[in-house]
Amino acid sequence: MHIESSKLDRLAILSRLALSADERFALGADIERVLGMVSALARVDVAGVTPMAHPDDASLRLRPDQVTEADHQAALEAIAPEMRGGLYLVPKVLE
Amino acid sequence: MNALRFADINGWRQALLAAPSAAALTASSQAMARASQAQLNACITLPELASPTHATGAALAGIPYAHKDLFCTRGIRTTAGSKMLSTFVPPYDATVSARLADAGAVLIAKSNMDEFAMGSSNENSAFGAVRNPWDSDRVSGGSSGGSAALVAAGVVPFATGSDTGGSVRQPAAFCGVTGFKPTYGRVSRYGMIAYASSLDQAGVIARHARDCAEVLQQIAGFDPRDATSVERPLDDFRAACDLGVRGLRIGVARELFSAGVRPAVAACVRAALAQLQAAGGVLVDIELPRLPLSIPAYYVIAPAEASSNLARYDGVRYGHRANAASDLAELYSRTRSEGFGTEVKRRILVGTFVLSAGYYDAYYLRAQQVRRLIAEDFARAFANVDVIAGPTTPDVAFKLGENTADPLAMYAADINTVAVNLAGLPAISVPCGLVDQLPVGLQLIGPAWGECKVLAAAAAYQSITDWHQQRPPAPAASGSPR
Repeated sequence: MHIESSKLDRLAILSRLALSADERFALGADIERVLGMVSALARVDVAGVTPMAHPDDASLRLRPDQVTEADHQAALEAIAPEMRGGLYLVPKVLE
Repeated sequence: MNALRFADINGWRQALLAAPSAAALTASSQAMARASQAQLNACITLPELASPTHATGAALAGIPYAHKDLFCTRGIRTTAGSKMLSTFVPPYDATVSARLADAGAVLIAKSNMDEFAMGSSNENSAFGAVRNPWDSDRVSGGSSGGSAALVAAGVVPFATGSDTGGSVRQPAAFCGVTGFKPTYGRVSRYGMIAYASSLDQAGVIARHARDCAEVLQQIAGFDPRDATSVERPLDDFRAACDLGVRGLRIGVARELFSAGVRPAVAACVRAALAQLQAAGGVLVDIELPRLPLSIPAYYVIAPAEASSNLARYDGVRYGHRANAASDLAELYSRTRSEGFGTEVKRRILVGTFVLSAGYYDAYYLRAQQVRRLIAEDFARAFANVDVIAGPTTPDVAFKLGENTADPLAMYAADINTVAVNLAGLPAISVPCGLVDQLPVGLQLIGPAWGECKVLAAAAAYQSITDWHQQRPPAPAASGSPR
């Protein structure tokens, strides 16, 4: 499958990746080859087969509606790249 | 040479009981790890040692171990082999970390790995490739390459790993050690940095199956903090190692011996099967017709889950953050472009593609349907056999750089391991011979929750052979500490 330049740009935006020109060239070609390899799946008869999302086909457990975690704010603040007044700092979003 | 180099857990236990200073003995393991760095590059961090507690009588009291660097360790850097987390010091322990600490095991090294566990050669680490103790021009295998290399070099009696598509079994095979991947849901994934959540499972690498069982006994079991941890009774894995193989039905899957398996590797594995048969096992020819589809299914499902799991690395809450971004979108994209290596970017892009509008049904949903067909092949086979056997890998360890230019060639070599993860089954790789003076792995696969059958077969094989006692030809050279 051919990945057009505009599609690769779109994938990079969705992936939140800024690709260099060299990366665009190499990764674009790699993605085409991987998609070519996985195209074998299209030839399999899967009519009526239920998709398998989990090895045990288990649904997620529910836990009792009780507070179980302590307040970890100080520990989490300590590992944040930029933090002030208990708030994560990011570049300005609103003008 | 340290007398405890190549000692197993019991060897360490005896030495610790007799030693005037358990702390000094455990420290000698870390000294061996430090000295091996120049040759192997198997460690990312050598932490300050906790005091051994062998007097407490805990199951692994004072036993040194290496911990794959994707298990969070409170107060000790945990990188997942990535620049993204190169300074990340977790504020909490993974359940596996906590359980090993409770059992008295002493962490001596955070071991090198492919970045975010994505790789089969350990060449994708931001901290450099791990070298194979049997031949330092060759790869250790991956992604748990550092753990396998440290056990193979005799530095530690056991190490942890994680296995998403073979990442415990394949490096174990390449390094000539024993690597065990339990059933999905058997060991908690809490605090184990995620790659592909429906496939990831913690495992153990050791010199032999009995030590894998010893460690599994400590780390397995229900954990309410992992939503996919399964609540069921814990088997006696250690006792299973004494069950033997008399009457055990061993399925020999034709497909595990095709798909480019080197004849000399296949011959080693067939010789191992003959020995199991001589010990009372019953060989049964079986088929896994959808096995060839496991590579395409895996390389849709795993990247899809990775693209979702790795979305959390945005430079805001923890991990690497790009400088001087002008807006939020640029902060995200620059942080991720700087923090992730090429293989991680490749899988994120593929995963994003197969999940994107217009392609989801054709790729992701279809891969999940094929996944079920593969799991059904195993279920059919296990109606007639107790375990399934074959080569762990198609060939022995390849040379560093040999496959880096061709990701598809690297992916194709996972053919005998990824199906096990798609189906969520337990499996072990045990050393069963040498080809070109490099180790070959025999893989034994069990039905879901059939760890005891796998361990019984592996321990029985190791009781009649000594491939697991073979050592790499050259001792680790001395090197500089990191």
